[in-house]
Amino acid sequence: MGSGRNAAYWLSAPALAVYALFLVVPIASIALLSFQNFEFYGGIQPGITLKNYREVLTDGYYWEVFGRTFFIAVVVTVLCATLGTFEAIVLHRMANPWKSVFLLVVLGPLLISVVVRTLGWALLFGSTGLVNKALLALRLVTEPIAFMYSVTGVVIALTHVLVPFVVISVWASLQRIDPAVERAAVSLGAGQPTVFRRVIVPLAMPGILSGSVIVFALAASAFATPAIIGGRRLKVIATAAYDEFLNTLNWPLGASLAVLLLLANVVVLYASNRLIERRYRAVFRESVA
Amino acid sequence: MSFLVLEGLTKRYGDHAAVDDIALSVKKGEFVSLLGPSGCGKTTTLQMIAGFVEPTAGSVTLEARNLLAVPAAKRGLGIVFQNYALFPHMTVAENVAFGLEMRSVGKAERQQRVVETLALVGLAGFAERYPAQLSGGQQQRVALARALVIRPGLLLLDEPLSNLDAKLREEMQVELRRIQRTVGITTLMVTHDQAEALALSDRVVLMQAGRIEQEDSPLQAYEHPRTGFVCDFLGKANLFTVDRVDANGLTVGVLALPLPVGASADVRAGDRILVRPEKISFGTPGPGALAARVANRVFQGNHWLYQLQTPLGDALVIRQNDGGACPAEGDHVHLVWRADAMRAVPADARAAPAAVPPSLEGELEVRLMVDLPREDP
Repeated sequence: MGSGRNAAYWLSAPALAVYALFLVVPIASIALLSFQNFEFYGGIQPGITLKNYREVLTDGYYWEVFGRTFFIAVVVTVLCATLGTFEAIVLHRMANPWKSVFLLVVLGPLLISVVVRTLGWALLFGSTGLVNKALLALRLVTEPIAFMYSVTGVVIALTHVLVPFVVISVWASLQRIDPAVERAAVSLGAGQPTVFRRVIVPLAMPGILSGSVIVFALAASAFATPAIIGGRRLKVIATAAYDEFLNTLNWPLGASLAVLLLLANVVVLYASNRLIERRYRAVFRESVA
Repeated sequence: MSFLVLEGLTKRYGDHAAVDDIALSVKKGEFVSLLGPSGCGKTTTLQMIAGFVEPTAGSVTLEARNLLAVPAAKRGLGIVFQNYALFPHMTVAENVAFGLEMRSVGKAERQQRVVETLALVGLAGFAERYPAQLSGGQQQRVALARALVIRPGLLLLDEPLSNLDAKLREEMQVELRRIQRTVGITTLMVTHDQAEALALSDRVVLMQAGRIEQEDSPLQAYEHPRTGFVCDFLGKANLFTVDRVDANGLTVGVLALPLPVGASADVRAGDRILVRPEKISFGTPGPGALAARVANRVFQGNHWLYQLQTPLGDALVIRQNDGGACPAEGDHVHLVWRADAMRAVPADARAAPAAVPPSLEGELEVRLMVDLPREDP
């Protein structure tokens, strides 16, 4: 079987080459860049140093930025998971033609540039924006809420932008559930809420978790939305790295921020994948029959 | 005493009646099968009893309680679905215990009943496995255990054995009957497999196009079919149209046959005579012997299935594989049968033309006939 295995490598060589060129090489260059020395007067100096990592990990400013980024990512993930699951379940139970219409409505945001979507939110937010006007008119608040340039605003806009990912993932999971299983639960005496809690959600859980992982990774590395809604003051890792690259021109420092974000995401992704697989291995193993 | 009563039960989809005004009484402890081809309405009937489909008209009464007034979740029926519908994310024990949990049965009692029921279906020791780790037969037993553990008044089976291979199906038929008799539960089974229905039921209800054609014990339904559909569907049939009847006998084409016996003696010209293939043998020429030529013979293990061409149309004969000489293809033979092997079947509105070709019902048999090469064994 020797030649068989070699043939496999040769055949996958083109794909591997693309992968290497467009993914591995850029990431490797960034990683290398993060080890380089940058002087304010003089630019990038030759030599390897850990100075950038030391700076990031000892400066309270950067800890705040990391903290804010992951706080936003976690809150957005939880909100997206909850909302997205409900949306997917409602969609799943809809009859055509409404189903197709609402599927488009839910997935529509993905068709529009994230910048345009976020600018839309910028219009709605703001002390004289539509959201505040509505809240004031309904007398739910006595003065406008500051959504713009706040973490709340970033969370809301990011949730709107990322919910479709959870919907798609959960939707796929729901399609795989045998409808007879629901009927079996009903025949055994389960009311609708119990069917939902004991049968549907557990069976859709792999979809919910996968969707959440995607949302977390995207929320942690989000750039446009925190930049527009958060403004210059509220930095997340992506915007902080942007600052270093374009303002301070300290590329190595920006690179180190990027690498740390990448590492954090990889750890979260790996850990959650292991968790999902271990918990659901028995359930989704190939049937023996 | 009637335990389950269906009266005037109807389900219409637009103009089409999937179930058309059916009436049925099931006694306590009885095993009744709804048997018929696809689209005859048997599954729809079951789903109406279970509560998943709303009837257009009619009533379903269980122990004098109007079942239709109760939502599906509260009917307390045990249902085994066609694909078992086990909860994939729960272990076997959790699957079986689900119904008890819904009834707020205490943990200790739940555990004990689950263990008992798993032992009853022959799955002791499988409690901690997941459905994906079980074979088809084992999954079926879990589905059965899950339905039985709640001690329902009525057990509904939706084509329970259709997903199993032939050998396993036979074993499970025996098992199913044993379990049903042990527990003594009233059972209603839906199937398109006549062998299964005949083997398991106390009574068989044959359905076609939403109506009940005949309800009888398996032996009675097989030996005394009342319509052309039942002849065709249960077993194989040779149907010959009667030309003339007089005091001495029947004239069927060139054949002079004696009068049939029993209820069938009341036969009239234009009716049909049913002779089952296993009741025909190869005999000597005579006025009552049907001359025939062997067109094809198929070996099926314990018997040969002969297809013959006769002046009255095609005929089927089943010849036991008893080691004796069997006619080969192309041979000319004479078919004889006893007077009491004949049954009168009225010509019905849907009667086929005079020489009715005997049908080859039973998908398994048809497949065998198509797949086997036409060569001498």
